[in-house]
Amino acid sequence: FSLCNLVFLVFFGFLYSCIFFLQYISSVLGHSFVYYIFLTVLPFSVKSPLVMFTKESPASLRQEIRGSASCLCSDHEFDMADIFYFCRSGVESIVDDEVTKRFSAQELESWNLLTRSNYNFHHINMRLTLLWGLGLLTRYGILLPLRVTLAVTGISLFLFFTTLVGFLPNAALRSYLSEKVHMMGYRMCVSSLTAIITYHNRENKPKNGAICVANHTTPIDVIILASDRCYSLVGQMHRGLLGMIQSGMVKSSPHIWFDRSEVKDRHLVAKRLSDHVADKTKQPILIFPEGTCINNTSVMMFKKGSFEIGCTIYPVAIKYDPRFGDAFWNSSKCGLVWYLLSMMSSWAIVCSVWYLPPMDREEGEDAVQFANRVKATIAAQGGLVDLIWDGGLKRSKVNDAFKEELQKLYSKVLVGDHEDESERMEI
Amino acid sequence: MGSRASRLLREEEIEEIKKETGFSHSQITRLYSRFTSLDKGENGTLSREDFQRIPELAINPLGDRIINAFFPEGEDQVNFRGFMRTLAHFRPIEDNEKNKNPSATEPLNSRTNKLLFAFRLYDLDRDDKISRDELLQVLRMMVGVNISDEQLGSIADRTIQEADTNGDSCISFNEFIKASFVVNIHICTVVLVLVNI
Repeated sequence: FSLCNLVFLVFFGFLYSCIFFLQYISSVLGHSFVYYIFLTVLPFSVKSPLVMFTKESPASLRQEIRGSASCLCSDHEFDMADIFYFCRSGVESIVDDEVTKRFSAQELESWNLLTRSNYNFHHINMRLTLLWGLGLLTRYGILLPLRVTLAVTGISLFLFFTTLVGFLPNAALRSYLSEKVHMMGYRMCVSSLTAIITYHNRENKPKNGAICVANHTTPIDVIILASDRCYSLVGQMHRGLLGMIQSGMVKSSPHIWFDRSEVKDRHLVAKRLSDHVADKTKQPILIFPEGTCINNTSVMMFKKGSFEIGCTIYPVAIKYDPRFGDAFWNSSKCGLVWYLLSMMSSWAIVCSVWYLPPMDREEGEDAVQFANRVKATIAAQGGLVDLIWDGGLKRSKVNDAFKEELQKLYSKVLVGDHEDESERMEI
Repeated sequence: MGSRASRLLREEEIEEIKKETGFSHSQITRLYSRFTSLDKGENGTLSREDFQRIPELAINPLGDRIINAFFPEGEDQVNFRGFMRTLAHFRPIEDNEKNKNPSATEPLNSRTNKLLFAFRLYDLDRDDKISRDELLQVLRMMVGVNISDEQLGSIADRTIQEADTNGDSCISFNEFIKASFVVNIHICTVVLVLVNI
């Protein structure tokens, strides 16, 4: 009996010391190699003058196309040189565009000794290769086994305790304990990834009966936010290990999981969300309005669904430091398990979380404008580029409506605005 | 974990491309990483679909014609050399060439070659003449459905009338060069800005 106790004690002691050891190592390593490695890649930017999204007038498009020569050819409606403008914009977007680079991991200015962030670097010298080898040994030999052990223990304990708590008859006790169990689970996962998180502006932490929105980079976002306070998650019910975890979670606290078929029904989704939000005792809902993982250099279009519900929104900005390990999940390149393993074999996950003050929809503002306002706030805080493009472009083609808008604008340049013409005729 | 290009660019290749196109070493490596990031099939060549995946290009009214300019006659794949050769047209015009060799071929980014590139965007059948139909086709691409056929036709007729000097109601390359808009050729330059840290 006492031997069993001893084993448990040793095991948990080992686990806790692992956590502290990992944190320490990562911070030490972090500081040292940032100063030590100095390989630079020349970044490269091209300004695209292509007029976007019709806020521009025909006059400004004419200015862009014809340049300073516009005053000379004012009676030419069409100029054969007009194609030069479209041609240049097209080639500039081939050389560099704002969208496609958001769907792959960010390129670093200096190499951080991980093969996976090694873009076009050749063998420089022996010292660097030796350092890389040493790093490889440390990461795969020491850090990875420790982290995997922690993760497995954490998830098993979490599943065990949530099921246990789910059996309790007393609702108040159950919700109190389930919160504790959830936090324990998330914190163990955070340690297993060695995520070093800095929370800013904790006074703006989301309150009950509201919706929390954040920019999405990786599934780990959930763990990072949820280790500070409990949220209700929204998502599709999966199968396998993830499905098991989801069922375990819902036993002890109110998450909103949808079946695959229900996901398409927007009214159903909206109804369930508003019901949850109306109950002020329930935890805030965590939603990622981008709908897909973006590589943490920009914030893409927010889908308006969660902004139509009409409750208070708490925006949160999450910014990862890519030097210690890029957290972006490129789902077309690797599956979830491989991704988690590569996260655990990076140096660390370092991120900052900013809680922003709550926002409400203003008078005369529709859901789309509200969504854009929230997006701009998040982008400004996190130092991310605010893009109007849809994250869905990762997988689907762009809507032809945008091309049609541009064609309409150009045709106005050629033949003039109809409103302008009728005014001229009256005079 | 992701897979980088199956091969890195060799030094000799970079030298050859440098001689042919005039891009600098760092520009070539940078454009090569852009090429590989567009190459989703990872077979060292780009297809038309790879270009169309760029949203800003897909919404450009002349997008398809520009993409066509990268592909040699009748082929569906373009390799890195071809890619660079086409992009070279958009380098800034250099007034003082270091190797001013009268017998050497004209650099790809010369004034004439830029104009030829633009001319070929109109002249789809490569007969060295822009016919009224070809002009109408490009006009239609640029305005979509917003202008009627008659109006577009009259715009085309007027343009040909002004540019055509030998009365064959087509615009040849010489007439194209001599037309008044040539002053705008400087816009046909993509300025590649390299930022040093």
